[in-house]
Amino acid sequence: MDFTFTNEQQLLADTVQRFVREHYTFEARREILRSAAGWSREIWQELGGLGLLAINVPEEHGGLGAGPVETMLVMNALGAGLVLEPYLGAAVLTPSFLTKLDDAAASAELLPLIATGERIVIVAHQEPNARGELALVATRAERSGDGYVLQGKKSVIAHAPTADEFLVTARTSGKATDAAGVRVFRVPRATEGLAVRAYRTFDGQCAADLEFERVRVPSENLIGAEADTLAALEAARHVALSALCAEAVGIMKAVNDATLEYTKNRKQFGQPIARFQVLQHRMVDMFIHAEQATSMSYLAAIKCQDADVQERRRALAAAKTLIGQAARFIGQQAVQLHGGMGLTDELMVSHYFKRLTAIDLTWGDADFHLQKFAEAL
Amino acid sequence: MDLNFTPEELAFRDEVREFVRTKLPADLSERVKAGQALRLEDYRRWQKILFERGWGAPTWPKEFGGTGWDPIRLHIFEEELALAGAPKPVPFGLRMVGPVIMAFGSREQQQRFLPRIVSGEDWWCQGYSEPGSGSDLASLKTRAERQGDYYIVNGQKTWTTMGHQADWIFCLVRTDPNAAKPQQGISFLLIDMRSPGITVRPIITLDGAHEVNEVWFENVKVPVENLVGEENKGWTYAKFLLGHERTSLAGIGSSKRELGRLKRIAREETKNGRPLIEDPLFAARIAQVEIELMALEITALRALSAESKQQAPGPEASILKIKGTEIQQALSELMMYAVGQYALPFERHSAEENDFASIAGPDYAAPLAATYFNLRKATIYGGSNEIQRNIIAQRILGL
Repeated sequence: MDFTFTNEQQLLADTVQRFVREHYTFEARREILRSAAGWSREIWQELGGLGLLAINVPEEHGGLGAGPVETMLVMNALGAGLVLEPYLGAAVLTPSFLTKLDDAAASAELLPLIATGERIVIVAHQEPNARGELALVATRAERSGDGYVLQGKKSVIAHAPTADEFLVTARTSGKATDAAGVRVFRVPRATEGLAVRAYRTFDGQCAADLEFERVRVPSENLIGAEADTLAALEAARHVALSALCAEAVGIMKAVNDATLEYTKNRKQFGQPIARFQVLQHRMVDMFIHAEQATSMSYLAAIKCQDADVQERRRALAAAKTLIGQAARFIGQQAVQLHGGMGLTDELMVSHYFKRLTAIDLTWGDADFHLQKFAEAL
Repeated sequence: MDLNFTPEELAFRDEVREFVRTKLPADLSERVKAGQALRLEDYRRWQKILFERGWGAPTWPKEFGGTGWDPIRLHIFEEELALAGAPKPVPFGLRMVGPVIMAFGSREQQQRFLPRIVSGEDWWCQGYSEPGSGSDLASLKTRAERQGDYYIVNGQKTWTTMGHQADWIFCLVRTDPNAAKPQQGISFLLIDMRSPGITVRPIITLDGAHEVNEVWFENVKVPVENLVGEENKGWTYAKFLLGHERTSLAGIGSSKRELGRLKRIAREETKNGRPLIEDPLFAARIAQVEIELMALEITALRALSAESKQQAPGPEASILKIKGTEIQQALSELMMYAVGQYALPFERHSAEENDFASIAGPDYAAPLAATYFNLRKATIYGGSNEIQRNIIAQRILGL
């Protein structure tokens, strides 16, 4: 048993923390939020320059071939800075999916570009009413001439507006919830018939609904083997869920620090409000939630690539349940302890709260994962 | 012991229902039921309709233009209006400064201010909190110095709801900085928001809305006839007002309406192809809140019938504030989680009108996250729930 990080891992954590501290101040982030795009390609290129986009890309494709622990350390720091760029989607989920899918041509072409940040590829999978359920694909891909025609809808795809290209899941056979018959197609952003309806989510990040109206794609855009597709997607989602949990933990620690600091400085009744025992106990509970969340984030990182799929499912469902619950408690109480100040747009605390809420709502909330865990008892 | 309404009370309920059915404008109730924020003109319009029916001040005695209803009738009235989606009563005039002026104001102040509150001509806001004085309200610093026939007011108030729209502000100000205790040097002043020297600055909250403001006073001249009661006795009036504020924050009628909305959303949404309301875990979450609300309603009626025998609400009002706001938050939370991923898209139609457009997903999903974020204020304002627990500990349990 060993909970220490290697020197390389510690160095990586320090690098990302420093980057966030220097480049992602509250004011800098606010500028990005107010920009039309809502994210910064400059920041993205800098993340690429630091090698951070290569972590989940195998070495044979120009990546670092690092693992979930490295990803966890990066996400802790990006979480603390509430970084708006599409790291989770484009630098964790997509390269993990491509790697698991193991399509030689697609990997050889895309992974090196992903590792440098030259191309942003986003997985477009989630559909209306998915509520976290992975095996729901109603989007159809019909054979037509020497290619396919895609028809369907993808909903609330995080960071879709940043994409140069999408990896779209669609069904060549079967019903919407069948495990078999799901395939993946490469679809460039500028494709006729593809409508990207972009918007912001309440945490300030960008997202979009995608509509495929008779979108024609050539046969070579179909990648991976049929038998592997959903399994690869699930494996990639497990890695991404682990990263998302780590992001939440980074935010929890930052927002707990901010709350502690605020209550030590805020004076009422002639003393810092941190002196009141009722607030002390609340902050102790917030701290315990964050510690428990950290433990589950470790578990998620260690188990998210386990060969035993049942073991992986169990660990990730447990982690996302506990972290969703902790996110809710900590977010709500951090606002409560800041009083009116917690409700303003002017302090980081409300922004932390909103991102924690969004994380709980992403890929199944705490109740969804609690039920998944319960079903497998 | 009888939990049923009497035949007279039932007849009264029918009368209120009929009034609401015929007089409540459909566009207003639709906005309320959909969780969209209202504009000042919406509140004005509805207050005028109530006033014309003689119900402009349901909680007031008849001599001041009220209805003189007993607590049960008031409860029936408020519940029927809330269930039908009537704009919620704006408390600052009717529930806060009005009762203070009735109890402690001069005859002239009563004649000057009260009728204009009932008719909806004047809208009020509350000048209580300051940046350094929230829970510890008595530490407030806004200064009022007597100069001849005027007080000269300097300082800053904050979290002022409707400060950018109100005609008048009732303010707690410090008139004696040398008093033995901070509570002793405070006075209660009525200030015209158009007075020179007042600056209102918006505070944008986490849901992107502009509801609250900072209000700055720089050498604002306030005529001495706008002092309520006696100089340096303002703290007594302030506490009287806070008791009234707490009772009005339970929001039982609107929570019942929101519970109905939650169930409608949960019937509409699907999970694994079945209505969400049939999901055992989600159904249990709804049931839990509904049970809490059932209990609170009876607790509120018990408190109201006790209140009718006293002058002002007792410390029991704190129970209503704590449970009422917790239920409001729980309902908004469940509604947000009910729509799953469609809680995330967030775009305002117009920031000024606080209107939400559905950019993705069903229309009913559009305002849910904003309401959830906005309602975090409910356990903070009107005396935070921590302060309410202190009140119960000290004044009911004697700790």
